Amino acid sequence: MTLTKAELATLLFEKVGLNKREAKEMVEVFFEEVRTALEQGDSVKLSGFGNFQLRDKPQRPGRNPKTGEEMPITARRVVTFHASQKLKAMVEEAHVGTRSE
Amino acid sequence: MTKSELIARLAARHPHLVAADAELAVKTILDAMTQSLVEGKRIEIRGFGSFSLNFRPPRVGRNPKTGEKVHVDGKYVPHFKAGKELRDRVDYGE
Repeated sequence: MTLTKAELATLLFEKVGLNKREAKEMVEVFFEEVRTALEQGDSVKLSGFGNFQLRDKPQRPGRNPKTGEEMPITARRVVTFHASQKLKAMVEEAHVGTRSE
Repeated sequence: MTKSELIARLAARHPHLVAADAELAVKTILDAMTQSLVEGKRIEIRGFGSFSLNFRPPRVGRNPKTGEKVHVDGKYVPHFKAGKELRDRVDYGE
């Protein structure tokens, strides 16, 4: 029960009328364009779905969990996703009253 | 980059398609991803990342205006975890 690129390509074939090769490529390029924008330091705002943003995290002290040895966790840039109000509301509504995973 | 810029970039990379197809493709992909999460079904895009739901347990909150205690129901919230390729590409070069 997982949505994958293959399933998205099938939808583009059925709903947009792309041929199977085009559909597969369109899914690939969709995610590649988002990755490229983020790689270039540009945030991505997909209205109705959510925003991908970049955060610069400073170096902080850490430990090797295996050896217990202290070693700094280097400064890095990471991606964060913030679901839109609309997506959050739809998910919340669909699961009202349910608690188990 | 906004949704319309993404559509324009996809259209530019597929000159044989009409622009409306790129727009419908983006809408179809985002609608399917939304629907998947609404159904509690995870999304796994190799090299990009995965989307799933996290449960926030019920808690007692306070009305910030009146200070009155209120029960807040548990709920599910969407969560994204970046995949290895995306993580490596956005991080500074080694």
